[in-house]
Amino acid sequence: MAETKTLSITHVTTYTYDAPVFYALQQLRLIPRTGHGQRVLKWNSTVTGGTKQLFFTDQFVNHSELVRVDSGASRVEIVSEGVVEVEDRQGVIGRQTAGFAPLWLFEESTPRTAAGNNVRHLAAQVRQETEDASEIDRLHHLSRAIAEAVRYEKGQTDSETTAEMALTAGQGVCQDHAHVMIAAARHLGHPARYISGYLLMDDQVTQDASHAWCEVWTDALGWIGFDVSNGICPDARYVRVATGRDYADAAPIMGIRQGAGGEDLHVSLQVQQ
Amino acid sequence: MTNDPSCFDEMMLGPDRVRAPYQSYFDWFSQDDVKRLRRKAGEAEAFFRRIGITFNVYGQDEADERLIPFDIVPRIISAREWARLERGIEQRVRAINAFLHDIYHRQEILRAGRIPKEIITGNAAFTPEMIGVSPPGGIYTHIAGVDLVRTGENEFFVLEDNVRTPSGVSYMLENRETMLQMFPELFQRMNVRPVSAYPQLLRRSLSDCAPPRSGMDAPVLAVLTPGIHNSAYFEHAFLADQMGAELVESQDLRIEHGHVAMRTTQGYQRIDVLYRRVDDAYLDPLTFNPESLLGVPGIMDVYRAGNITIANAPGTGIADDKALYSYMPDIIEFYTGERAILKNVPTWRCSEEDALAYVLENLGELVVKEVHGSGGYGMLIGPTASKKERTAFEAKLRAKPANYIAQPTLALSTVPILAKSGLAPRHVDLRPFVLASPNRIDITPGGLTRVALKKGSLVVNSSQGGGTKDTWVLGD
Repeated sequence: MAETKTLSITHVTTYTYDAPVFYALQQLRLIPRTGHGQRVLKWNSTVTGGTKQLFFTDQFVNHSELVRVDSGASRVEIVSEGVVEVEDRQGVIGRQTAGFAPLWLFEESTPRTAAGNNVRHLAAQVRQETEDASEIDRLHHLSRAIAEAVRYEKGQTDSETTAEMALTAGQGVCQDHAHVMIAAARHLGHPARYISGYLLMDDQVTQDASHAWCEVWTDALGWIGFDVSNGICPDARYVRVATGRDYADAAPIMGIRQGAGGEDLHVSLQVQQ
Repeated sequence: MTNDPSCFDEMMLGPDRVRAPYQSYFDWFSQDDVKRLRRKAGEAEAFFRRIGITFNVYGQDEADERLIPFDIVPRIISAREWARLERGIEQRVRAINAFLHDIYHRQEILRAGRIPKEIITGNAAFTPEMIGVSPPGGIYTHIAGVDLVRTGENEFFVLEDNVRTPSGVSYMLENRETMLQMFPELFQRMNVRPVSAYPQLLRRSLSDCAPPRSGMDAPVLAVLTPGIHNSAYFEHAFLADQMGAELVESQDLRIEHGHVAMRTTQGYQRIDVLYRRVDDAYLDPLTFNPESLLGVPGIMDVYRAGNITIANAPGTGIADDKALYSYMPDIIEFYTGERAILKNVPTWRCSEEDALAYVLENLGELVVKEVHGSGGYGMLIGPTASKKERTAFEAKLRAKPANYIAQPTLALSTVPILAKSGLAPRHVDLRPFVLASPNRIDITPGGLTRVALKKGSLVVNSSQGGGTKDTWVLGD
């Protein structure tokens, strides 16, 4: 029997606006699904300063919600919390797919994951260095090579940063690591996808931000998860929330707002056993 | 009138031989005074100006509003000819709807290897956000405008399927209105099937595709237009008016209680069916192009929650892509189990090496089109192109062969127009309008006949100097 963990998550996102909002929408992908080695025991989300409009499942079967910010609100708080039981599968997600998204869709590059010169070069180098290795060993090797090439550094990249830009800059965060791995894996002929979710950090309840990693398709085992930033395959400490071709498909929150004025985003996240 | 013997003329078989569908009209015309008819033609133009049927031509600085020239000689189709066209069009539209459902779900047609995967995978018209979406009533293309050309007594070809947001139906209706006003005696003489029910049929057809709604209220319909600067704005306003729906723009709409709602004098009212005349890319800045100011943020979410019908569905463009077009006979067979009733024009896909070589060698005889183009822009008509134009096009073709397809230059049929010299044959095509709903497919008897006004020209597009004719389908 594989090791399981029961994780409690509280994820609070707060937007503060300079001026009261006239009209704004937030698209949320914050609800984890049961499956792929995890079981959602309890989940609840509440919005203050905004009203939930509807629920839908998108093309990757992400559980998605649309929230309209209340007219005149200057602060919106989204609380997403619950309990998830996760089994340690050593990163092996397997062959089953949810929904109708075909495997080939994950072979196509996106603006954020298009392989430029540097990604192509890195992929070619890894291919050369692992000529006799299995495809799984090659992907582990690729993951390590990316971690070496892109130093984990906060504040240097943002949600628009592409894989090629992050690799060229040599620094980035988990999202950039995932994008580079996706771009390189696709260049090597593997379907690959982006995962946004949560990670229980050892000896640490409060997390800076939600986490991101990627999954790469191998003929031998189907989807396998790779967390480049931590140099491991996801285990019982990882909760998958949303998936897609890149960040844009799986972003926890996407918004659109009418009118000028700045906004301030604050995230508070707790993951504990 | 003299005919080019290499083309099929729909009115005259020879100098004194009139084809049966035109006999009654021809007799009337022969007895009439040509001067009077010319005067009538002038009146028609004044009539169009008064009601305001104009269109904008992209890429022309001066005169952004123009009148589409109207010719008073009708294009006439017999009941028997129409019956066959109708069966062929219906078959095609059913197959396209089945294809769209399949391509956004299990993709059986790819699994079966009936069309190459690459046609779909590399195609910008494939819309991932539509994966797994089953629109209310199961209809993807509610409104289609299938372009047909004719080359002989029994030779009809489908040129394009136009299943995104086909335009031109307002011209069909106004052309008829004009003819009825000018020549009431003709309609007493001949049994012409009416087209005037189109707006009511459109209303019924769209209403039948509305999401399920509690209570007995009739579904609320609205027409979304990009605004007054769009080339087809007149048509948007006209159709909304004719079917008794609101004409709305982006700023009139917002999300209320999980629905798309429009601003009215009584506050916001929810919309059940949106007939949108805004292209996919601009439809929802939250999901598609974030820069769009023409769309409705969040409408794709409302759609995916099952709370609105969008007509036509987003992503239908994958079915009328010119690269896919050449596989339409296979697609029809795959989904209906029948052979295609209407023929496809033979098509060379320039992405294929042999085809490209053939096309380059025979550029002077072929029509070459951009795979994703429309409206007659960016195409080469080999036989009429200058050497210089051909050379320039050849370079484009070599640089991006997959962007192009080529077809033989069809000897399009002609129908006479009233020219200075009297009746003079000009090339025509035909766009019938099709309405699909869960229980029925309605094809309005007639459609828009476009006519190349220049002698010998094969380009009928209004943006390229084409005109229109009223299209008469005769009753039994």
